[in-house]
Amino acid sequence: MAWRRLSEHRAALVSLVLLVLIALSCMIGPWLLEWSYDELDFEHVNTAPAPETGHWFGTDSVGRDLLARTLHGGRISLLVGIVATLVSLSVGVVYGAVAGYAGGRVDNLMMRAVDILYALPFMFLVILLMVLFGRHLVLIFIAIGAINWLDMARIVRGQTLSLKHKEFVDAARVGGVGPYGILRRHIVPNLMGVVVVYVTLTIPQVILVESFLSFLGLGVQEPSTSWGALVNDGAADMETAPWALAFPASFLAVTLLCFNFLGDGLRDALDPKDR
Amino acid sequence: MLRFALQRLIYAIPTVLVLATLTFFLMHAAPGGPFDRERALAPQVRQQVEAAYDLDKPVWRQYLIYLGRLCHGDLGPSFQYPGFTVNELIASGFPVSLKLGGLAMLLALAGGVTVGAYAALRQKRFGDYASMSLAMTGIALPNFVIAPLLVLFFALGLGWLPAGGWEAGQWQDMVLPVVALALPQLAYLARLTRGSMVEVLRSDFIRTARAKGLPERTVIARHALRPALMPVVSYLGPATAALITGSVVIEQIFSIPGLGRHFIQGALNRDYTVVMGVVIFYGVLIVALNFIVDLSYGALDPRVRQR
Repeated sequence: MAWRRLSEHRAALVSLVLLVLIALSCMIGPWLLEWSYDELDFEHVNTAPAPETGHWFGTDSVGRDLLARTLHGGRISLLVGIVATLVSLSVGVVYGAVAGYAGGRVDNLMMRAVDILYALPFMFLVILLMVLFGRHLVLIFIAIGAINWLDMARIVRGQTLSLKHKEFVDAARVGGVGPYGILRRHIVPNLMGVVVVYVTLTIPQVILVESFLSFLGLGVQEPSTSWGALVNDGAADMETAPWALAFPASFLAVTLLCFNFLGDGLRDALDPKDR
Repeated sequence: MLRFALQRLIYAIPTVLVLATLTFFLMHAAPGGPFDRERALAPQVRQQVEAAYDLDKPVWRQYLIYLGRLCHGDLGPSFQYPGFTVNELIASGFPVSLKLGGLAMLLALAGGVTVGAYAALRQKRFGDYASMSLAMTGIALPNFVIAPLLVLFFALGLGWLPAGGWEAGQWQDMVLPVVALALPQLAYLARLTRGSMVEVLRSDFIRTARAKGLPERTVIARHALRPALMPVVSYLGPATAALITGSVVIEQIFSIPGLGRHFIQGALNRDYTVVMGVVIFYGVLIVALNFIVDLSYGALDPRVRQR
């Protein structure tokens, strides 16, 4: 049912196909290429894209193949997007479901804490973390995940509040299922629709935050790279080598757009009252 | 109304306290101190310097001293620019950032509401689809992609505007940074306005207004736009936060001497007090703005107060 509604949403469907293509080429592509992302080609430094040289996207200022780097950057960007979203997903769902199900004073206290954290300038704190504790990929996952769970917690709590008075929850309670069992077996599975929509909208946000950090030089470290870092490098000498900006920037932009369209489409498909 | 205001104010205090505590202990948990140089300082010099900045005291004493100064609005001396206080650094950078951010906010609001209202009035027609696709692109394209593209096109390609710099604040210098900073927020506000406007246009009181023969202009301007702007008002808080974050990147790209650049410089130089000062300054600013937004929201919509 939901699938049929989604397939009627042309933009979302096209986005899904494009995303799968991008993800596959980032995963498989680097193995098929002649050059690896950190290999220097001294004969072709800063060359424009040309099939004859074997560099389809050109090379950067030290002669690394930009196609290989763009695909490798995509791996990192997508990896950060997915892993950090999973971090925020698990924290947010647990926190929100517990707050919503517990209700009363516990709920009040937990949501006040979210309100307080919500008002913090988190981007600055993430920058602070990166500077203080070094630029480690795991730290990026955790730091970004730690910003994004707040929204998830709020949405999940709202959903839980409306679910916990449904008949099937009462039935489970009468049947002797404990609070943990009810949350795990009855509440959380029913949250999945909302959560899926929200996840597709969180992934691009996370990719954006990572690119933001990398752009400031605080994200992944050389020779590894991400789309944000590549855009930063490309922007530095865009007068002489516009291709170094154009390719990673368009990969980044297309991916972000597709996630947003897909999220919109999923929301329409899973939540008919919005239409 | 007064109770509502007080209640909101009570939430604001722990926010600032959490922020101050978090930044303080993060800074102290970090490996490496502010005076770690390639050449180690002589022990006596080091001792004296640390004593001068209270770094020789136990952490909890330092924390209390810091909080005490904070209550007086004193953010302490800069570790890397001797002779400057953090307050002075903020005072030199903030006016520039404020001008940039304020103009960007005005542009985003005016543009976003106009585009959103236009799209809602043309719902499901070409104008709607065209402007909303553009808005989606604006949301998906980050600042730091838009800014170089704008520079490439308007500064390097056409040569109409300078590619960066901020000398004496000429308007030519401001156009590209303001536009680059405003565009994503403009796009978001357009989508927000369209959504709520579509909802409002379907409601009974609009049908009534039309039925009693009011001209369409009055119906839109008087009856539809005002309730449709409520979500926009409540988004002003997050929008400010987003603009502040964005300004860090924009100031970097256009080499504007604002607070964002001080922050990045301070962060890279381990200038503890500057980084903490800027985070707390912006934190208080955001909290204060949220407070004002909450109040005006309560004033505009009586339903909020009564909850």
